[in-house]
Amino acid sequence: MDALIPPLLNGSAQGALLLLAALGLSLTFGQMGVINMAHGEFLMIGAFTAYLVQQVIDSSDLSIPVALPVAFVVAGLFGLLLEVSIIQWMYRRPLDTLLVTVGVSLILQQAALQIFPSQGVPVEKPGWLDGQLTVLGYDWPLRQVFTILLATVCVAALAAWLKYTSFGRRIRATVHNRDLAETAGISTRTVDRLTFFVGSGLAGVAGVAASLIGGTNSTMGAQYIIPAFLVVAAGGIGQLKGTIIAALGVGVGLSCFAYWTTGSLAQVLAFILVIVFLQVRPQGLFTVRTRSLV
Amino acid sequence: MTKLKPHLSLGGIGVFAVLLLAVAPSVLTDHWLSNLGKYCCWAIAAVGIGLAWGRGGMLVMGQGVFFALGAYSMAMHLTLETAGDGVPGFMVLYDPLAPLPAFWEPFRSTAFTLLAIVVLPVVAAGILGYALFKRRVKGAYFAILTQALAVALATLVSSTIRETGGDTGLSDFKYFFGYVLNDPANRTMVYLITAGLLVACLLVVWQLYRSRFGELLVATRDAEERVRFLGYDPANVKLVAFVGAALMASIGGAMFVPIVGIITPAEIGAAASILMIAGVAFGGRASLFGPALGAIAVGWGQSSLGSTWPEGWTYIIGLLFIVVILFLPKGLSSLPARFRAARRGPGEPLAAPAATRQLEGVTS
Amino acid sequence: MTTPSSSGDSLVVTDLHVEFSGFVAVGGVSFDAHPGEVRFLIGPNGAGKTTCIDAITGLSAATGSAKLGEQELLGRPVHKIVRLGVGRTFQTASVFNELSVLQNLDIAAGRHRRWTSLLRTRRGVDPSIMQALEETGLVDELATPAGILSHGQKQWLEIAMLLVQDAQVLLLDEPVAGMSHDERTATGELLQRIAAKRIVLVVEHDMDFMRRYATRVTVLHQGKVLSQGTVAEVQADPKVQEVYLGTAGAATTAAMAAVPEEAAAELANLQEEDSHA
Ligand SMILES: Nc1ncnc2c1ncn2[C@@H]1O[C@H](COP(=O)(O)OP(=O)(O)OP(=O)(O)O)[C@@H](O)[C@H]1O
Ligand SMILES: [Mg+2]
Repeated sequence: MDALIPPLLNGSAQGALLLLAALGLSLTFGQMGVINMAHGEFLMIGAFTAYLVQQVIDSSDLSIPVALPVAFVVAGLFGLLLEVSIIQWMYRRPLDTLLVTVGVSLILQQAALQIFPSQGVPVEKPGWLDGQLTVLGYDWPLRQVFTILLATVCVAALAAWLKYTSFGRRIRATVHNRDLAETAGISTRTVDRLTFFVGSGLAGVAGVAASLIGGTNSTMGAQYIIPAFLVVAAGGIGQLKGTIIAALGVGVGLSCFAYWTTGSLAQVLAFILVIVFLQVRPQGLFTVRTRSLV
Repeated sequence: MTKLKPHLSLGGIGVFAVLLLAVAPSVLTDHWLSNLGKYCCWAIAAVGIGLAWGRGGMLVMGQGVFFALGAYSMAMHLTLETAGDGVPGFMVLYDPLAPLPAFWEPFRSTAFTLLAIVVLPVVAAGILGYALFKRRVKGAYFAILTQALAVALATLVSSTIRETGGDTGLSDFKYFFGYVLNDPANRTMVYLITAGLLVACLLVVWQLYRSRFGELLVATRDAEERVRFLGYDPANVKLVAFVGAALMASIGGAMFVPIVGIITPAEIGAAASILMIAGVAFGGRASLFGPALGAIAVGWGQSSLGSTWPEGWTYIIGLLFIVVILFLPKGLSSLPARFRAARRGPGEPLAAPAATRQLEGVTS
Repeated sequence: MTTPSSSGDSLVVTDLHVEFSGFVAVGGVSFDAHPGEVRFLIGPNGAGKTTCIDAITGLSAATGSAKLGEQELLGRPVHKIVRLGVGRTFQTASVFNELSVLQNLDIAAGRHRRWTSLLRTRRGVDPSIMQALEETGLVDELATPAGILSHGQKQWLEIAMLLVQDAQVLLLDEPVAGMSHDERTATGELLQRIAAKRIVLVVEHDMDFMRRYATRVTVLHQGKVLSQGTVAEVQADPKVQEVYLGTAGAATTAAMAAVPEEAAAELANLQEEDSHA
């Protein structure tokens, strides 16, 4: 039990954080088939936003709840800016877009390094996250529980938004068949922008959560982008439930491996597992079938 | 477009060889010669990236892994050569009594080391490529998976301090296969070997690009599924290019060690891998000389600007990615053709990238 | 191991089923094709013609059987089926636009070469390639990039690629779409010549073309074989007339409306044929 419960508890929190980071990535990836490598930096922007909000609102009890929507909007606006300035010119070149966003992420990292102290900034945890739950006799820090709750709320909100609003339906239509959506009179340009705003905004929310668990510094985004992508790849494109399961799987897997071996070996093991998984299901857990060969 | 006369290119390689092998050693100081040698190592890896990415369409974002295989193989051998019969000094530091890790032992042998530099990347890339290409993993998936591997390997090396030197890496090599590395004459020799290997790699891809395989690779890049209907397995075609690229990265890594004198996880991780891509994109991914020249240019920027003005250098690399890929996707080497086309008349299209796309979906 | 079929073998398709997540695109189709005949597969839009070819060539997963001689084709990967001697063209001409006509053909000829020859540069033009160029009238276009060929020429290039591939079975998806009358005649005669020693299966909408060159015809409708036989037999079949007159249900009508000119041409053809009978 000692070897199982703590990594499971810790892993599901890690998985929730990954899920938050992967949600937006999967949304934009599903939308345009492009990996936004600056997505991790949007997460970083969210974390720094939490820090900045704390400079204005003294009480950390209050500042974190305020920071969540603010981070959503700030990171979302960055995403929108990226879409409008660069990505919209490159929709037909997905691999190149990946590289361009690598460039953006380098610039954002360096900017953060120069604006904020290089060792990072402290984001104070609110008092109401100090305690812990006891699960089967093991401590479960409230911070981790909070991450899981936050992820649940975000997933539910996103799912409801995609399902019940007309914008959401348009997004799903575009993900499913871009050309058809266009001929059906959907302005895919507007849909793209909105998707990018929401997807990047979710990264901002993830950033606030990340700032409560780990350090807030210029390289924090880079830590998340690869695992978040693995989650998207394993989950299948444009599939919310796939992303959820994959995030929990990768999170718990990483945490268990790290618990049983070492953190670095865990990364290697996780990588091997994803490769093996792709052997079995190259399209991810769930797929949208299309006729296209590619 | 691919009609750049093959013999003109061969002449170009000749000029390049003369510049690197004859002119550079006689005009450059020792310091700059060894810097140039370092850029040549990156250029060797870049030539491979040009093969896999430029011609094969596989965005290899984790060439640091194969660079590492060559580099650490060489570094282990040189470390053991320096340590003589004993255990390398840094290991003694962490645990004076423990023996040499078992996987180090064979690297005492020169032959084994040279073999490992060639065989390790071929086997690793072979297994990874086979697993991915057969399952038709491509595009962004492939790119990020290779990058993930680089991250994982760099983390692993960082954390295994006693086995690999960890973040401090392996350094302080005294001998290179019996030659004293301090001796300027020997350092020039190491440089010449590296430059020679770069020229050899250029010759190999020159022949590959004009061979039937080169045409098949481009065809596979542009319309993988169509190639299947001609009886080829595109996975095998891509595998050859990917393994070739890995081998070149490994050779570059192996020569990096005696030239620079140190190898650390920072030289093999995600950032280093991306820097290798930057050079290739800058020079022109699909051209013969573009990747090598781009890598040399980026290498030069890295060691001059990167140390004197590091913040600025990061911005430059970031901007380079954005500007080059957005406005000049074929890199600097496409500039002459662009100028010629511009002079001929603005109405004429350069190439038809859209036309190939239509092939991608050979559906009904 | 897979050995290329000998030239006497027939293609026999039995009870072919293809399903796309619940939707039955092909539901139990059987037909055969032999060397020496120009076999036609016709049917309204969405009838499942292309899907049949996709299934035979391994592009879509299918159940049932498709045998070339003794060899079962279904269940093999695409390139293995090609190596058995089954070649196809695509509804939208698919050639390597950036490569020249010669390079296109050279790649197609490659499967008979040893891999060492892959590493060498091409010297001269293979006799088989020259022959295919002459057959298809593309000799003058040898060095032209395939991307700038006319639509008809691209389709000829695809056929030429099948010839140098030395395919025993040629599955041609709408090979004369967009061709002028003379080009159609040339293509039809080419197909007749080719068919002497190979199996030629043509998917077409052009009724006139079908009537001139078909030896036997299979009519598909909504994934099923509606009628089978010689041109005259098929055209006399009331079921076929019904489908082509658009009375067989809204689905067909809608599908036909999607390509008005083609459907209209078919209708006109059949009606004309009717009045003759
Ligand atoms: N991959 C796929 N996924 C879903 N449905 C498909 C797929 N491929 C084909 N279909 C459907 O199967 C049916 C048959 O299609 P098919 O392309 O074979 O028709 P066809 O006879 O070739 O028509 P056309 O004359 O228009 O070329 C169509 O309704 C099509 O929408
Ligand atoms: Mg069709």
